[in-house]
Amino acid sequence: MNLLFAILFYAATLVLVGGVAYRIYDYARTPAPLSIPTTPAPTTGSGVALRLFREVVFFESLFKSNLWIWALGWLFHVGLALVLLRHLRYFTEPVNFVIAFIQPFGMYAGFAMAAGLAGLWARRFLVERIRYISTPSDHLMLALLLGIAATGLLMKFVMHTDIVAVKMFFLGLMSFEVNPLPAHPGLYLHLLMVALLMIIFPVSKLLHAPGVFFSPTRNQVDNPRETRRLAPWAAALERKA
Amino acid sequence: MADTPVAAAPAPAAAAKPAEKAKIEAPAYREMPGIPALQPGSMALSRPYVANEKIQEALGFHAKLDDDWQVTHDLAIARMGELLGKSRALKVFMDSCVHCGACTDKCHYFLGTADPKNMPVARQELMRSVYRRYFTLPGKLFPGLVGAKDLTREVLDDWYTYFWQCSQCRRCSLYCPYGIDTAEVTMAAHSILDSAGYGQKYSNEIIGKVHRIGNNLGLPGPALINTLEGVEEDVKEDTGVDVRYPLDVHGAEVLLVTPSADFFAEPHIESLIGYGKVFHAAGISWTLSSKASEAGNFGMFIGNYEQLRKIALRVREAALELGVKRIVVGECGHAWRVAYAFWNTLTGIGAGANDPFAIQLQKQLDPNYRQPSHICELTWDLIQQGRLKFDKSANDHRIITFHDSCNVARASRMGDMPGGQFDIPRNIIRAVANHYVEMAPDTIREKTFCCGGGGGVLTDELIDLRLKGALPRMEAIKEVADRDKVNFVAMICAICKAQFTKILPYYGYKMGMAGGVHQLVSTAIVLGQEQ
Repeated sequence: MNLLFAILFYAATLVLVGGVAYRIYDYARTPAPLSIPTTPAPTTGSGVALRLFREVVFFESLFKSNLWIWALGWLFHVGLALVLLRHLRYFTEPVNFVIAFIQPFGMYAGFAMAAGLAGLWARRFLVERIRYISTPSDHLMLALLLGIAATGLLMKFVMHTDIVAVKMFFLGLMSFEVNPLPAHPGLYLHLLMVALLMIIFPVSKLLHAPGVFFSPTRNQVDNPRETRRLAPWAAALERKA
Repeated sequence: MADTPVAAAPAPAAAAKPAEKAKIEAPAYREMPGIPALQPGSMALSRPYVANEKIQEALGFHAKLDDDWQVTHDLAIARMGELLGKSRALKVFMDSCVHCGACTDKCHYFLGTADPKNMPVARQELMRSVYRRYFTLPGKLFPGLVGAKDLTREVLDDWYTYFWQCSQCRRCSLYCPYGIDTAEVTMAAHSILDSAGYGQKYSNEIIGKVHRIGNNLGLPGPALINTLEGVEEDVKEDTGVDVRYPLDVHGAEVLLVTPSADFFAEPHIESLIGYGKVFHAAGISWTLSSKASEAGNFGMFIGNYEQLRKIALRVREAALELGVKRIVVGECGHAWRVAYAFWNTLTGIGAGANDPFAIQLQKQLDPNYRQPSHICELTWDLIQQGRLKFDKSANDHRIITFHDSCNVARASRMGDMPGGQFDIPRNIIRAVANHYVEMAPDTIREKTFCCGGGGGVLTDELIDLRLKGALPRMEAIKEVADRDKVNFVAMICAICKAQFTKILPYYGYKMGMAGGVHQLVSTAIVLGQEQ
């Protein structure tokens, strides 16, 4: 079992990092032939950086769009971010003081994350329009994330596992050693689902994470009269003409 | 919250049976404007006429749907793959949507028709489901799970139906957390449909006319001369002043490129009269061009870069031939988007291009002015310099509101500051008229609702769609008409003007309620001494 999980996590990491790196490369190499920022848009590069920052950190457009989705989505994402940061303690020794400091917050962030997910899932059943656009994979994705949150919370508050051993397992993986993982069904389930999430990340809608940085309507500077944009294929077209 | 569907959706009566020559009427105003309950399929029969082989071939598109479906299928998928490689926007937008639903209540066509396929995410999904099937691993392996679909005739028919129910207004992109712009998806869909021989008659026929005759309306040079002479006579009669409306004058300072509707349609021509009076009063020499007698560029609507460029190049050629120092664009929404955001890329009007013609143009054009400029930028600059005089009381019979046209609002700018596209036209109106009122805050500036006729749907067979799509805008107009007695909706878009002129009577208003900003300028401007 230890070896199986070791192999699984090596594979999942490889798929996640390789897959997302390839996607980013693919987005970066695909030209944006025309100036299409959604206006009013910033007229400087630093303005665009600020716009993206507000989008990524505060979900600005979503806030203007729908307060329910914004509140639930933000709760989930911030919860997830804190939980992820909190989990860094399983991968570092000594633990950075910032990570140590956020441990108590990260603990409750798990509930925020689960609550946000539950709310978002409820919308897929309760709101007719969202029900209409939901695919099976939308439901499964929420089930997966909620499953991860639930098993995590379960281990924290109900059926503890030997987290020292868990830490030894992951520290071991990082130096290519396989240490024993506690035989704990909740832990197995938790890790299995996390690995699955990592594997589907580069081929699913989770690509919205890198995608938001590459969205031309958000990341372009509004200066088309001053600066010419020309895609390589468009330049070739001009030479041909 | 705004999530509960409101029962009072507009009646789908007209959509249900267009074949029976149903009486066409505007949808009822909703008692509580909100989000309608879904009415699947309510617009399934709303389709524009398909372009014939002659129209298609003139633009170099596949002539018609092939009898062998496999041929059509392969053409469409090949074009889709090509576009995915050429456009980062399309690729990122195909991947990034999480089906959050933020856009579902933002489209005027959805609000007006309640057809769920008019929700932006559902419209995109028509393409995304095919994208997944042919271009992603999960879609190839587990199509049912991820909502992937084979491209069948039924799917392509759905594309034709619903991608021609999008006016590319970008309101959804404003509200999307990832900035996914349905307009980009719609343009790509139109281009794929063209490649597969499934073109739209209205747009493709118009593009053919631009190439053959020089403008969307097919007005040949002599007709233009005639019209302009008529305008000069009318203005002389009205004002006693010899205001000139010149065509093809070499060495003029300004080349004005304006939508061809300005030459003969009401109320468009009133704005053309206004432009001429502004140039006259400021003492700026100007000219129109018979070669570039059209600012509109339907190449954008069909998502075709080559057509977009070919149409735009006429402006560069005209500017070089006439030796003008400035290029100014008249009141037209999508034309201003193309001019402001695309011309530099397409033709080198602007700064930074390095082909011989662009370099010649850069030497020729005056760097002290924005190139190109919007007519509102020009007029507002002149007002600020005190070079125009107005008798504001001449507009006192009008209580005015301003309708922001989508392509100006969400896809371009005026002036140097973000949001200038909202402030400058309003500043002009306030400078020339005494009574100005804003519509509801959620329906103006970047949140503006489309008139319902943009993006290549301004054709008679889509009147039902146009009427229903106008509903959110009309509700906002009704509010200020009832409360503030607004009797004039000012706008700076030829398509908006044509659309409102057509639909206002269905909603119980006079068609003359819609008009241009420069129509107001024209009414109030003081031209100096009568001759």
